[in-house]
Formats: sequence, structure tokens, C-alpha cells
Amino acid sequence: MALPVDSAYTDSAGRGDWPKPLKAETCELSFYYGTRLVLKRVSVPIAECNITALIGPSGCGKSTFLRCFNRMHDLYPGTRYEGAIVLYPDSRNILDRGVDPIEVRMRLAMVFQKPNPFPKSVYENVAYGLRVRGIRDRRVIDEKVEQALRSAALWEEVKDRLSALGTSLSGGQQQRLCIARALATDPELLLLDEPTSALDPIATASIEELLQDLKRRVTILIVTHNMQQAARISDWTAFMYLGELVEFGPTKRLFTTPAKKQTEDYITGRFG
Amino acid sequence: MIKRRKFFEAWFKALGLSALALAVGTLVLLFGALLIDGIGRLDWQFLTSFPSRHASQAGILPAVVGSTLVMLVTACVGIPIGVAAAIYLEEYARRTWLTELIEVTVTNLAGVPSIIFGLLALGLFVYMLGLGSSILTAGLTLALLILPVVIVTTREAIRAIPVQIREAAFALGATRWQTVADHVLPYSASGILTGIILALSRAIGETAPIVTVGALTFIAFLPPSPMTDQPPYLSFEWLMSPFTVMPIQMFAWVSRPGEDFAANAAAAGLLLVGMTLAMNGLAIYVRYRMRKRVSW
Repeated sequence: MALPVDSAYTDSAGRGDWPKPLKAETCELSFYYGTRLVLKRVSVPIAECNITALIGPSGCGKSTFLRCFNRMHDLYPGTRYEGAIVLYPDSRNILDRGVDPIEVRMRLAMVFQKPNPFPKSVYENVAYGLRVRGIRDRRVIDEKVEQALRSAALWEEVKDRLSALGTSLSGGQQQRLCIARALATDPELLLLDEPTSALDPIATASIEELLQDLKRRVTILIVTHNMQQAARISDWTAFMYLGELVEFGPTKRLFTTPAKKQTEDYITGRFG
Repeated sequence: MIKRRKFFEAWFKALGLSALALAVGTLVLLFGALLIDGIGRLDWQFLTSFPSRHASQAGILPAVVGSTLVMLVTACVGIPIGVAAAIYLEEYARRTWLTELIEVTVTNLAGVPSIIFGLLALGLFVYMLGLGSSILTAGLTLALLILPVVIVTTREAIRAIPVQIREAAFALGATRWQTVADHVLPYSASGILTGIILALSRAIGETAPIVTVGALTFIAFLPPSPMTDQPPYLSFEWLMSPFTVMPIQMFAWVSRPGEDFAANAAAAGLLLVGMTLAMNGLAIYVRYRMRKRVSW
């Protein structure tokens, strides 16, 4: 299929506020669990060094959509992709038959809904991505670990107990540890799957603040259940419903003057 | 109405308690009888002597050495194969009718009477492969016997690891093998080890398959030492040596007339029970120690 590299299309409202430059973009991405169609020809652009938020009621396919990006579905039998996910600047379709999922996962990083640190030390948690990549040099790892922990605003809290178990930290700290683990390998795109849904408001605030800080260096795609959160932190928002993209646009515009009736109903709380 | 229900409750409680008392009581009685009969014979001389015509000079040394060496072979063969099979079934194999069949077969194998394994070993190891009635044959036989148990317990231990942990590793770009080696195995080690120890403690008391493959009942020498004074200093001659094991030695003594040999049998039984209990205790300790470290 033809890949619209230099995107000629405009947003669903026809206003032409399409992001540029792009870090990635999905082109008519469909996804099947067995024979069940879960994503229906979803096309969303991901702007470089911006935060793009995916909102929608539960079961609308937003987590499924996110997990397509690092080919997580490949781990389970009976799943199938159609369409393309293109990563820039090399315009590579990461769903291509010839692309190894591991190669894709090396370029992206993911933070999950529930903090899932390994039951290893804080240090080993952050260093694991580097070890997987075959880095053995102790000094390089030390440096990267500190850097990642600083980026995740966790360094000051754990620098004296790097050998403590990652699972012994508090919930918010665990999630920041997972972010540090994801950042240690310098990912091009950071995927976050409802990263604050298991956290209290204070931990949530600290993670939101952290994301604002991170977007200067990393492109972020975040799934969130919480519309206020999307409105607070994202630059672009995609609203999904029943596996389809209903509307995409700049967050400010989408939340003030949604083009579609469905979007308006959802963000004003009339359903979902 | 309430009274009737309460009465039923008390009645059931009494029933349960008496069932428990029966089970524990039998065990205590059995162990007590063994203790009274055997404790007097359990001394250094008994542990370091060979069997003899005279009950008071007889000892259990060859049986203890035999049991140890057979267990060594069993562990070296049964554990790696069992754990590898479990990892394959849990982490690699796709769900097809073939893997389903293998799963059912493995689970059923755990319930096959041990003497059947003995018959299989007699045909396969002793005659077809020509390994004879040796320590190697016995070790391989018991390895087959514990294989299903090791596979089942290892799979359960592996399955207890949350899928989120695996996904975290995969998301970082780890291959399946890296995920298994760096996460799945270390985190499930306590469960796997417990299963292994319990399987070995069952194998050490097995008699029927060992008799079938032709263990001796009277043996007055030890297998060749695994260490030699000439290079390469290691010898595997002991693998092909004839042997006996503790339960068989015990059985040999029991079947002899005379009070004195009965005491020997009791002492051997005491040692066997003690070893089994020690292994179970080790399993509990290992689980306790490692559980404390791994949590999610």
C-alpha cells in the first residue's frame, strides 16, 4: 500500500492542523485478535518531541493500538496486523514481514499500566535494557543508570539504595523506576499505557510533571483513561471509540471545540 | 433450627478431628516403633560396616554409598531434562493438539506405578543398551521416574510469574531465552528447587524399580572411587558398578529370621526416614528463604 510519507491529508475536521515533523505515523492500521477486528483502519500521526494522548472509553482499543507499536501482540498466537506503522526519519514500516519485533523493541520503550519492576535491585532494573543490548562496560552502565534515574526524577530518592529491591519502593517510585528503565536505552519513542492509573494523586502529579520535562528529548505516546490528564499534559489528542479513530487534533482545540458530536459527548461526560 | 445446625457443625468438627488424629496417630506410632527398635543399632559401627552373617557386625555402608551415587546420577540426568522440558512447554511451545497430548501424557506418567518404570528400564537400559545392573541403570531409571514430577512442579513455578514481568523484559528488547534466563528461571528457582528436592526424596525410598533392574541384596565392597591418583584424577568406573540401596538393604534384613536382623532393618529404616525428612526440611527452608526475596 502507498505510504503517505509527506502527508497530504488534513485532520478529521479538515482544518489542516496536522503535526510536523513526525516521529511516527499509523496508516490505516487494523488489528485482529483471531477473527475479531479490534482496530479499524486507524491513522494517527505522532509528532516529534510532543506528547500525543489517546483517549476513549475502556475497550475502545487504545491499549491494543499502543501495543502494536512495539509488536507486543507478536508474543501471543492468533493476532494479525494490517496497514502500516511508519517510524521516521527512516520511513520504516515496523509491521513489515522482514522486520524483527526485537529490532522494533530496541528502538521504542514502554511503560505499563501497573508498575512492573523486576524483583532485582534498583540498579539492575535500570541496567537491564543495556545488558540485553550486550553492553558490559561497568562505567558506561553506571553512567547510563544515573542519567536515566535523574531523568525519571528518582535519583535523589534512591541514590543511597541502588542495591535495594526495585519492588521494595513505593508505587509512585516503582512507576518512575519503570520510566527510568525505559529511558536508559535512549528510546526514540516512549509508549505509556495508563501509567498513572494505579497511583495516588501526588504520585500522578509527579509523573505528569516528569513527562512535561521529558518531551523536550523524547516523543511520547500516552494512553490515558483520564480526560483531564490528557488535557493537562498532551499537545495532540486522538479520541477512539469502538476500535475506530473518531477525531484527532491539537489538544486545546479538541477539548474546546470538538468537530464531532461523539467527541463532544465524551469529553463533556455524557457517555463513556 | 439453629440448634440443629450447630449440632451438625460440632459433629462435623469431631469427625474431621478424629480423621486427623487417625492419620497423625498412625504415623507417630509407626515412627515410634521404628525408633524403639532401631535406635540401639544406629551407631558408628553400623554406619561404616559391610553386611555380615552376624547381625551385630552388619552395617549399612554400601547401601548408603549406593543410594548416594544413584541419587547423584538421578539428579544429574533428571533435573536438567525435566526443567528444560518444562521451560519448553511453558515458554516456547505453541498450543497445538500435540502439546496438549504431551501435557496429558506427562501428568499421567506421574501416576504410573514405579515398577512399570522398572520393567521399562530392564528392557531398555539393562538389555538393549547393555548397561547391566549398574548404578548408571538405577540412576537413569529413577531419573525417568521423577521426570514427570519435576516437569509438573517446574511448570507450576514458572506459571506463577506474572505475565507483566515477562512483557517488561520483552519490551526492553530481550529475546525469549534472555527472558527465561534472566527472569523466569531466577524468580521461579525456589519453586523449582522445592519440586526437585521433593522428587528426589521420593526417589530415594523407591524399591520396586531398583529390584527390577537387579540390585544386589548382599554386597561386601564399595564401587570404585570417583577419584584416582593418576591423571585425569576422575574416574567414572563407579557408574558401571553393582550396588545396593538402603530400602533394598532394609528389605533384605527384614526377610531374615531373628530379632537381631529386625533391629538392623529398623535402624536402616530410621536412617532412611531421617534422610527423607531432612530433604523435605531443606525444601521448606529453601522455599522460605527465597520467597522472602522475590515478590511482585
